[in-house]
This record gives sequence, C-alpha cells and structure tokens, in this order.
Amino acid sequence: MTVSMEPTNVEPIPSQAPQALRPHAEDAFAAELTALAAQDDRPRPERWKLSPWAVATYLLGGTLADGTVITPKYVGPRRIVEVAVTTLATDRALLLLGVPGTAKTWVSEHLAAAVSGDSTLLVQGTAGTPEEAIRYGWNYARLLAHGPSRDALVPSPVMRAMSEGMTARVEELTRIPADVQDTLITILSEKTLPIPELGEEVQAVRGFNLIATANDRDRGVNDLSSALRRRFNTVVLPLPESADAEVDIVSRRVDQMGRSLDLPRAPEGLDEIRRVVTVFRELRDGVTTDGRTKLKSPSGTLSTAEAISVVTNGLALAAHFGDGVLRAGDVAAGILGAVVRDPAADRVVWQEYLETVVRERDGWTDFYRACREVSA
Amino acid sequence: MSEAPPPAGAFETGPLLLGVRHHGPGSARAVRAALDAAAPAAVLIEGPPEADPLIPLAADPGLRPPVALLAHAVDEPGRSAFWPMAEFSPEWVAIRWAVERGVPARFIDLPATHSLAWEEDTGDGDPEEEAEHARVDPLAALAEAAGYDDPERWWEDAVEHRGPGRSEPFAPFAALEDAMGALRERYGDGGRPRDRVREAYMRLQIRAARREFGDEVAVVCGAWHVPALRAKATVTADRALLKGLPKLKTDLTWVPWTHRRLARSSGYGAGIDSPGWYAHLFGAPDRPVERWLTKVAGLLREEDRIVSSAHVIEAVRLADTLAVMRGRPLAGLTETTDAVRAVLCEGSDVPLSLVYDRLVVGDVLGEVPESAPAVPLQRDLAREQRRLRLKPEALERELELDLRKDTDAARGRLLHRLRLLGVGWGEPARSRGSTGTFRETWRLRWEPELSVRIAEAGVWGTTVLGAATAKAEADAAGARALADVTALAEQCLLAGLPDALPVVMRVLADRAALDTDVSHLAQALPALVRSLRYGDVRGTDTGALADVAAALAERVFIGLPPACTTLDTDAAQEMRGHVDAVHGAVGLLAETLTGHDGLRPRWRAVLRTLSQRDTVPGLLRGRAVRLLLDDGVLEADDVARLMGLALSPGILPGDAAAWVEGFVGGGGGGLLLVHDERLLGLVDAWLTSVPADAFTDVLPLLRRTFSAYEPGVRRTLGELVRRGPGGGAGAAGHPATSSGFAPEPDAGRADAVLPVLRLLLGLAPEQAQSTDDDLAGVGA
Repeated sequence: MTVSMEPTNVEPIPSQAPQALRPHAEDAFAAELTALAAQDDRPRPERWKLSPWAVATYLLGGTLADGTVITPKYVGPRRIVEVAVTTLATDRALLLLGVPGTAKTWVSEHLAAAVSGDSTLLVQGTAGTPEEAIRYGWNYARLLAHGPSRDALVPSPVMRAMSEGMTARVEELTRIPADVQDTLITILSEKTLPIPELGEEVQAVRGFNLIATANDRDRGVNDLSSALRRRFNTVVLPLPESADAEVDIVSRRVDQMGRSLDLPRAPEGLDEIRRVVTVFRELRDGVTTDGRTKLKSPSGTLSTAEAISVVTNGLALAAHFGDGVLRAGDVAAGILGAVVRDPAADRVVWQEYLETVVRERDGWTDFYRACREVSA
Repeated sequence: MSEAPPPAGAFETGPLLLGVRHHGPGSARAVRAALDAAAPAAVLIEGPPEADPLIPLAADPGLRPPVALLAHAVDEPGRSAFWPMAEFSPEWVAIRWAVERGVPARFIDLPATHSLAWEEDTGDGDPEEEAEHARVDPLAALAEAAGYDDPERWWEDAVEHRGPGRSEPFAPFAALEDAMGALRERYGDGGRPRDRVREAYMRLQIRAARREFGDEVAVVCGAWHVPALRAKATVTADRALLKGLPKLKTDLTWVPWTHRRLARSSGYGAGIDSPGWYAHLFGAPDRPVERWLTKVAGLLREEDRIVSSAHVIEAVRLADTLAVMRGRPLAGLTETTDAVRAVLCEGSDVPLSLVYDRLVVGDVLGEVPESAPAVPLQRDLAREQRRLRLKPEALERELELDLRKDTDAARGRLLHRLRLLGVGWGEPARSRGSTGTFRETWRLRWEPELSVRIAEAGVWGTTVLGAATAKAEADAAGARALADVTALAEQCLLAGLPDALPVVMRVLADRAALDTDVSHLAQALPALVRSLRYGDVRGTDTGALADVAAALAERVFIGLPPACTTLDTDAAQEMRGHVDAVHGAVGLLAETLTGHDGLRPRWRAVLRTLSQRDTVPGLLRGRAVRLLLDDGVLEADDVARLMGLALSPGILPGDAAAWVEGFVGGGGGGLLLVHDERLLGLVDAWLTSVPADAFTDVLPLLRRTFSAYEPGVRRTLGELVRRGPGGGAGAAGHPATSSGFAPEPDAGRADAVLPVLRLLLGLAPEQAQSTDDDLAGVGA
C-alpha cells in the first residue's frame, strides 16, 4: 500500500480564523442558520440541523416570521433545490451534474452546511485520488510501532461522516478513477465500510449522506458505472436561464478577473460581452435567440465559464495589443477556439452559423468580418 | 326507478346539482359516486340539446372515448364547435351511467343552433372554450386565497386528489357550490354575459325535466354554473333573456378525438395539459403514484434504458417525500415528473420528453361507430364536387386539366388535397400530349371505401381545405426524412394550401439546419427549387420558400467540400449525382430569386475548391472542372492544365480514369473531346502511357465513360485518334484537319450562315454583331 496523505485527509482546521480568505458556508451564514433553526418547527430527520423545508428556504432565500431575511444562495429553479433536499431526506445520495460554472460546488457546500452544520467533510476528486481518500489510510509510524489498531487508522472524510451521521461531499466524482469510484458502492448501498485489517467495520449512523458533484460534458471523464449511478438521484443544474442573467454573470466575473490580472477596465465592452454570450447561448441551445432558426450544436460545452475566458482573453488582447477597447476582432479568435473543438464537424457547424445567422444580422457586420478572417 | 332509497339530502334542496371541472378525473369519480348514491330519475348534462339523439350511441362498444360532439352549420361546414369528452370527463361518466342503467339523459345547454349563430356575430371561439376561459380567473382567485400560485394545481389538490368518501358522496359538491357561490357574488358572470343566457336556458330545461321525471333529477355542469342554476328566477324572466337569439341550421355528430387534441398545446384544446395523467388517475384502482411510475419504468425499458424495480421504489419515495415537503396531499404530476427525472432519467430531459409525449399526453385515439351521422367533411366534399362538376364515378376515367382555367385549377387543387388526406380518388398520370407546367392529367376512380377514408379524415377538420391544411401540418411535424418535407412543400403548393406552407417551411428549415448529411440536403434542394418555380407559375407567394431554398443552398455549399473527401467509388458516384443536381438547382435558383445574388459565385467557389483538393475523388474533381468549364468560368488553358495535373504519370491510373469519367462522362462530354483536340490529346497521351498491367483495371471505367457516347461521336473520336495524337499542332490551339474540315475556319462561308442563325436565336442585328466573334470561336 502506498503512503499517500491527501491534503483532504488532514483533519479540518478546527476554528476558522475570522480573516480567512473565504470562510465556510456554515460560518459565513451562521446567523441565518441559527435564526432558521429557532423558527423551524417542522419535523427534522435524525441528526439534521434543520427540517427539509428550512434547508430549502436557506438555499432559496425568504423572510422568516420574525423578520429575519434569508439571502438566496442559489438563484435558479425552485424545483431543483426541492428535489435535491428531498433526495437527502429520503436517505439517497445526491449527484449534482452540470457544465462548469453552474454552481454545483456552491450548492453542495450550502446543502451540507444547512443539513449537517458542517461543509468540510470533503473529498476532492482528481485523476489521482486514491482509495484511501474515500475509505481510510494508516498512520504508518503508529502502525509499525503498535501494529494495526483503530488508533493507527486515519479515517477519510466519508468514514467520519458515516460514524457521526453527517453529510460527506465528493467533488468532481467523474474525475476519480473508476476503480476508486466503485468503493462508494458498498458505502452507499450497505451503509457500512469494512476494515478487513482489523476485522471490523464502520456502520453509518442515521443522518449520513453523500453529495457528489460531476461534470458530464468534459474531457477526461470516467463515466460512472451503472451500479454506482443507481445509488444516486441526479439533479442537473441548468445554465443561466436568460441571456441577461448570463451577461451579468460573465461581466461580473470578467471584471473580477480583470482586476486581479491588472487589466484596464473596458467600459464599452458590454456590447461585445452580450455578443459573446449570445453566440454561446445560440450554439449551445441549437436555436437562435428569436427562436426562429434552428442550429447545429458543436461538440464543445460552451459553458458560461468558457464565455468568461473568451472575454478575459479578448480584454487582454485589447489592452496589450489594441487600443484598450474590446472589439469584435479581439474575441473572434477566442470564440473560434471555444466552438471548434472537433476540426471537421465543428468547423461546418461554425461556418453554417456564420453564413446563415451572423451574416444577415443587423449591426454584426464587424463581427462577421472578424470571424471570417480568423476562420479562413 | 331506484332500487335503494336515496340517502336523505340528495334532493332536499331541489335538483341534485353536481358542479364539475370539465375533464377532471376527480370530478368524474365523484360524479359517478354521487349518481350511484342518489340514483336520480334523469340525468341532465351541460351540452347541446340537439345531441340528445346521439346519447344512445354511447352504449355502442364502437364508440370509444376520447370523442367529441361536433356541431356544425349545415350550409357552412367550416363553422363548427366541439365538445370533447375523454374517458375521465365527468360528462362522459354521467352519460355512461345513464345509458347503462337505462336512465334518461338530456343535454341542457343552449342549443348549438344559437351558439353557432352567435359566433357569426362575434367570430369567437367555441362555447366550450369560452366557458373554460370564464372560469379561469375566479379559479385563480380561489387558488390565491388558498396560497397557491397555480390554479390548476390548487384544483388538483383541493378537488381532484381528494376522492369522495363513501359515506358522503355529495359533500365535495356542496363545498364547491359554496365556494363558487362566493365567487359568483363577487364576479357576477365573470365577464361573460352569454353565460346568463346559457344559464337561463339550463334553468328552463331543468324545470321541464322536473315536470317530466319528478323532482329527482341530477344535473352535471361546470361548477361555475351551479350557483346560477340554484338561484330562483321566474320563468318569464328566463324566457325574456332567451328572446330573439340568432339561429342557424346545424347538425351534430360524434367524431373521434385524440389525447393530443385534448392537450392545451394543440388545436381545439380542452384546456388540459396532461390527458394521459388524468386518464391514469381516473383508471387506476389504487396507489396511483406507484402504478404511474411502474408504467413510466415500463416505457423506459421498452426504449432500452436500464430501469430496475429499485429505481421505481426510489422514485416513489422521492415523489412522496417531495409532496410532503411541498405540502400537497398526494404526489401530483409535478412531483412524479421530478422523481422520474432525478431517479429514472438520471437528470436528463431527453428520456423525460419521451415520457411526456407517450404517457403524460398519450397516444390514445378515440373511435366512432359507423352508425354515427356523417361528418361535415363529407358534406363539404359533396358541395365541392357539385361546384366543380366533378362527379364521383366508379368507372375509371382520365381527366385533362388546363390549369390556366379557374375551374380546372380548382379541380386540380381539390384532387391534390384529397390525396394529401389519403383519399385516393384521383391518381396523377403522365400527360400524353403536352408537357407544359400548366397541364395536369388525372386518373379518376371512386371506390366505395373512399367514403370510409373521408370519415377517418374527419378528424382533421370540417372542410377539405381545413382538413388538408391540418393534415399537411401534422405530416410535416411527423416527417422522418428531409426529402419527405420537401415533397410535402411541393404538395402544399399543388394543393393550394397557403396556410400550411409556413409550418411546412418552418419544419423544413429546422430539419435542414439539423441534418448533418449533406447528401440529404443536396437531395432536397432540387425539389425545393422546382416547387419554387412552380409556385411562381401559379402566382403563390413563395417568399418563405425562397428564403428556405437559399439557406439550404448555403448549407450545401458549406457542407459539400468536407463531405466529398475520402469517399469510395460508389459513394463518389452518388455524390456526383448530388453535385450535378445542386448545380442545376443553383442555376435555376439564381434565375428565380432576386435579392439572393451571389449564390452562383459562391457555388463556383465551392466547385473550384472541389476541383483542386487532392483528397476529393478524381470523379468529383473532374466533374467540378467540367461544370466550371461549361459555365465559362474556367478558360480552356486552365482546364488543360488541370487535366494535365490529374493525368500526370505519378497519379494512379484508376484515379486518373475516374477523373476522365467525371470530366467527359455524361451528356456532351464526347463533343467536348471532338472539338478540343488538345484535351483529346491529353487523354490519348495518358491512355497510351498506362502500363499494360494497370490497363485492364481502368478498362471498365473507360468503357463506361466512352460507351455512353452517341455512335456518331464515337466514330469521330475514333477517326481523330487514328489520325494521330494532337494533330501535330494541338498545343497552338489549331487542330489539324480531319476529313471534311479545313485547318482554318472559312470566314466567308461562316458569315453566310449568320443571318439564319440570327433568325433562329431571335437576336437583333446589332447584338448579333457583338456575338460574331463568339460564334466564330465556336467554329474554331
């Protein structure tokens, strides 16, 4: 067995210093959680800090009877949150699916904070996540000195969640190698974790559950086996519903990133951002914004996150090589790169889009030209 | 009449008024329970009284819901109204109850003869729909009072999902009556003054029924009307309201209906989103959620998705818990759908849409027995036949139509419409004499079973035009291949269905946008261009068609070059056909369309790309060069250079032979070689340089190419080749003579022909002057 202590295996730092760059959800919104718990008179599942109804309110926001205002943590369809909370309440594991930038991690953190009051029992999935990160590891000094015992065992976040009846979180489940993923099957179906070295097992107590996040439209994904998939209820987090919401997200993020990269702010850039978002949305949805023309969709995900990177890129181009104003030419190359992932099929998609939609659109002539230039 | 004494209270306050929501399964169950308990002497139902003679048909096993009562004006079948009834409609349940027990049943709403005539005044929708609209707002008020944002859901929770207790079959109706009473006090007639008239008529009918059958009558009507029917009003006041109503001669019948048409999203919607779900609620004896999810699992399994019983168990748990969390008495469609999505469909909406389509809406199709009265479509057809003097005859005969004459054009359209509806009265035949686009030849023959077809087609509408339009639209939506949609577009033009055309065009554009196989697009384009020109001939507005055709051409231009690479021989042959077809279509299109200039240059650019790309098979490269040459885009020198490249010694003989086939194969290729000896020389030089062992391989290809030429061309070619390669002066552009030809054109003799040529070509003398050089060039 290899010695590998994942950073996530380390005990969580007990009390977050107030000046932490980003406090945990249960600390940042402690006041709201307390107020909700005080008001909440509905039945709570065992070891839940709040009732399912209050958890949903915590995520979606609202005003309590005593006037406490709960800020919305997730802006999106109510249905999604309700299904997610109910899944946890029915003792089923929850799988949050979605393309990058749809707040999967955010929702999972807040769910764990509201249900168990602790969002730190986290396994970060990577291509190198070992089995120990999900089951348990050993403190080898102790193991060699005293032989195998519970004391020499280093529990994983999942194991701790099982024994304490808490919510564990697994980030990026599909990046974890398939054989490691499968260790979750016993945990989720039998609710036990055997420790053959000691001839013992850890049995999950009521209140234990697991929230996993995954990105199903990405390269380098290890698909879940159907056996594992069956253990999860799946909730797909949608992309922003309206173009305005997406433009808002993109420009806000671009602004933040631009500041950290010391890029000059481009006040006139909003039109160009809107254009990038429009192109992304249209190709993603396979239909033009006016709903009149259908389009082929390219193979890439065209997520909001990618739109953000296209715009940031364009800003950098404009700042360093242009006149500082974001123009069509600055984003054209970025868009082409984001759209055309498969050189044969996607190129046809992109050209059809250019010729049948962009060419005839009023006020898009500069954009059309710029795209033609980089596509040639 | 009744075996068991009715429980006290059923008729205490007068007639038993059972207020329902049309198509509410809970209402339907409650109505059945209430009727069972009360055992009334007669059942009165909201509906057109003219349909009373049609009620006994409900006992016929051939009448299977969903069906609709159809009322239409006798002289004008296009004016019609529908009263759809599904298995779970309270009205249907009441009818069935009465018919099964031999209890008289009557319809008591305002007669269709008035309500249809009313429409004439206002041009409004059918009365059923009006009734639906009238209730929507008050219902929303009730729902809002109960804290619901969706009135439909409130109704489901408050009424549909609460089955009547065995002991108190009338309690739900009494509660509903109170609520509606409060609403009516506040809203009056809900902004629908016609309701007052309808209710007055219903009151009079109820009075008449009580005189006839005694006090124990039950009334099944929209809950909205209950307070008004309960209200005390004098006979004279009611009569006064009914005075002077417009009248119209009407006829009623049963027509088959479908679940899809009950759904709100289509046509004569009955205002319900989920007929399949309602039918399930009505039909399931118990545990509706468990049964529903098992049904969904069954459907998904049929579609090869892995769904185990464990999935279903988890889905049921999720749906139930969701309902608790949302504070609903029972998991409704929203909860089960959420559960299906999260558990059975793994979060994906794709299988979910299948569930929606097949189960939530459902495919159920009603049936009507043959004994039902004739559908209005039949009458409309008879009228058309009379108007166009086109008698149905069993004997086959041929009909020549001259589309320039109005009557003949109308006859042609009628026959095309009937064909669209699957009524094959006339089959188009090949014109014998003329081939002009203004002629149509039909072979007519009326078979008895065509009447059945017409009855079936009655689902689509009440007039031939309306039905054909609806059918064309439905066909377009259901068409599988792109070519089917283009064919449909052509039919729409032939049948004169301008209203269906936009829908068909929309589907066509969508299909074209999503079709990744360029050969489908290339197949569709010629038919579309043909219809475009045809539409032009008939003066149809073809603007939408032109846009679609231009967009289609654009897509072909983009998709063709990648699609032409790495093809095997057979695929290349097929693609060559497509290239030729598109070439012809683009030519026609550029002529027909104004405002879409630039099509031709872009197509030429595509051809040029094809001709120069090495990964494109020789056949297609040669073809592209040939098409460009014929269009006068490529100069003879360029062609010679390209041919030289294609026939270079380094090229595999098979590829070179394919190039030759593409270039000179087909019509006119031989003449090209006869007249341009330089090209012939190139072919000849290449052919003689093919190694002996490769020669047998290319022989079949060459044979295919050259054997298609006319004998005269073949002989001339043979003579030219025998005389020697290139004639010695080929490179200079002056071919040597063959027998009968001088080395230089004889200008004097050529000039002598010019006047005749001018006459033939209809050229003015000065124009002819300018083309002199070209003509001389042809001779050279």
